Amino acid sequence: MTDKNVNRTVYKLLLVTAGMFAFGYALVPLYRVYCDLTGRGSTTAVSESAIRAGDVDDERLVTVVFDTNTRDIPWTFKAEQHKTRIRPGKLSEAVFLVENRSGRTVTGRAIPSVSPVQAGIYVSKMDCFCFSEQVLAPGETREMPVRFIVDTDLPERFSSLTLSYTFFDVGDNAAGAPKQTQKANS
Amino acid sequence: MSYGTTHERHHDDHDHKPTGLGRWLFSTNHKDIGTMYLVFALIMFFVGGAMAMVIRAELFQPGLQYVDPQFFNAMTTMHALVMIFGVIMPAGVGLANWMVPMMIGAPDMALPRMNNMSFWILPFAFIMLLSTFFMEGGAPAGGWTMYPPLITQLGDGFPFLIFTVHFLGVSSIMGAINIIATVFNMRAPGMGFMQLPLFVWTWIVTAFLLIASMPVLAGAVTMLLTDKYFGTSFFVAAGGGDPVMFQHIFWFFGHPEVYILILPAFGIVSQIIPTFSRKPLFGYESMVYATAAIAFLSFFVWAHHMFTVGMPLAGELFFMYATMSIAVPTGVKVFNWIATMWRGSMTFETPMLFALAFVILFSIGGFSGLMLGITPADFQYHDTYFVVAHFHYVLVTGAIFALMAGAYFWLPKWTGHMYDEKLGQLHFWLSTISVNVLFFPQHFVGLAGMPRRIPDYAVQFTEWNMISSIGGFAFGLSQLLFVWVVIKCIREGKAASEQVWEGARGLEWTLPSPPPFHTFTVPPKVDAATAHS
Repeated sequence: MTDKNVNRTVYKLLLVTAGMFAFGYALVPLYRVYCDLTGRGSTTAVSESAIRAGDVDDERLVTVVFDTNTRDIPWTFKAEQHKTRIRPGKLSEAVFLVENRSGRTVTGRAIPSVSPVQAGIYVSKMDCFCFSEQVLAPGETREMPVRFIVDTDLPERFSSLTLSYTFFDVGDNAAGAPKQTQKANS
Repeated sequence: MSYGTTHERHHDDHDHKPTGLGRWLFSTNHKDIGTMYLVFALIMFFVGGAMAMVIRAELFQPGLQYVDPQFFNAMTTMHALVMIFGVIMPAGVGLANWMVPMMIGAPDMALPRMNNMSFWILPFAFIMLLSTFFMEGGAPAGGWTMYPPLITQLGDGFPFLIFTVHFLGVSSIMGAINIIATVFNMRAPGMGFMQLPLFVWTWIVTAFLLIASMPVLAGAVTMLLTDKYFGTSFFVAAGGGDPVMFQHIFWFFGHPEVYILILPAFGIVSQIIPTFSRKPLFGYESMVYATAAIAFLSFFVWAHHMFTVGMPLAGELFFMYATMSIAVPTGVKVFNWIATMWRGSMTFETPMLFALAFVILFSIGGFSGLMLGITPADFQYHDTYFVVAHFHYVLVTGAIFALMAGAYFWLPKWTGHMYDEKLGQLHFWLSTISVNVLFFPQHFVGLAGMPRRIPDYAVQFTEWNMISSIGGFAFGLSQLLFVWVVIKCIREGKAASEQVWEGARGLEWTLPSPPPFHTFTVPPKVDAATAHS
């Protein structure tokens, strides 16, 4: 029952506290790793090795629906075709159209997602406008392709997939949180 | 530090205490600080309760009656924050402050000045939080879970919310460190870890949970802060962040947090049931291990709060099985409480009544928790009133009832006066009946699909909501009776004996009632009669 013992306990516990604060931040990269492994989070993983080319499943057709959204960005964004039917294993392409309706140059970034999420790991993208930021001059329009392969291992229960993209403004306030605030209580 | 010195012993004899406001502002006395914690918790109980009354008034009928939806959402959010961080946690720390040193035969807490600081942070933190009602953008209304991106759309109140959470975290971590340092270093000779009263054990485990989980919450809210003001993108999709990640980090804190709220309650009940059954606690060691097991498992179940976000099947199964496994140590505890009562010569004073109601009603909340833990079923229950009913059964009839039981149990020890038994029992029966009228119907409307956190609802839910609201008003009013019981007890209660309760065992019952300002300046002798009850 001495002060020394008490101090030793306190220092140890403070160390644990600091360690757990750091652990909270360590969860961020851990979560990334987890998403990359499982294809969760927002996306399909970027395909690293081309999926066995030529290994096409001629028996099946899968419907792929394209969903386009914009948030806080003055762009018009739509898919050339609302939906398409593709064969698993075959390299497919979809084209998206985007137009900057404002009078200024705007930098946008598209965040992709796949629905149902369980199907995410079976979709590999070779090329996508969502891999990089898009800069559009005032009034500029652009056609943007997405090349993707749906894996032949896609379970039978998925007859339809949705590839969704949302464009965000990453201009001056890049990464900033949404700018609007709640209305006051009135 | 001066405990155990001749100087202190001299003080003890005359029972000098500082006077005036300074006694409370600068207090380093564990009893005074315990009292302040408890009074603060009681005040906040009525603040949070008033918010609940607004919620129930609005939900009395479908349609919008009294408040606009934004304010309604602020009510649900603030009610949760106040009740969790302002009532249950401070009340638990208050009881620990009062009882832990007396139970282990220590003269005070190990770090009395830090003790003072960890209390005095609280009133300021809550003034900050409540001041957001008067700010541009109003009080936080995005739910106490603070999910982005909704919560980052809060107006000027946002940084106040974040810093309040930081303060509350600092306060409870300091409290936790103090309790561990006290129990580890200041036990009376002869009191080993396996002789500790169970209330002390549950508080050690709770303190470790606090130290391991509160810093993670601090990290998560700091990320929210930097996301909104400093251009980071932890949770901002536009910058490559992921809002779902917040839910993972939050609930990594959030699930241990619910055990932080309930473990001290387990400890209180484990003191009360043996006392009024006049038998030692059945299965003391298994109780200790069960408490530790619950705490350990609580770090591996967080994602059962978010089954619907889209996890891999393997993940959903893992979190489902891990959640189910918590029922095992909890079942051990309930079994032991019942076995303690088996063939005991039981009497039913108010603390025992609250403790018994706790065992039954907490088990109901536990079972609805198991239902929610079943992944496929959760997809139906998620974000409905069934969830609201579940966590109010475990937190109101669980944590709050146990705190009430503890207050009645120790009130004669603290004040030196017996409370009015008739009024206490009246308070118990009013509370128990009204709380069931209040929360039981919420199971039904939840299963039928009424969503939570919405000020309006479909007309078919009207009857059950009206019944629930009536129960709510009755429960709220019944708690005023508790204040009256406490005041009456202090003013005109009959003098209480040292032991107070016939079956009470343990060091705290060897002290006079009320205990002198300084106690156990000479470590007491611990023997079979005064070891754990």
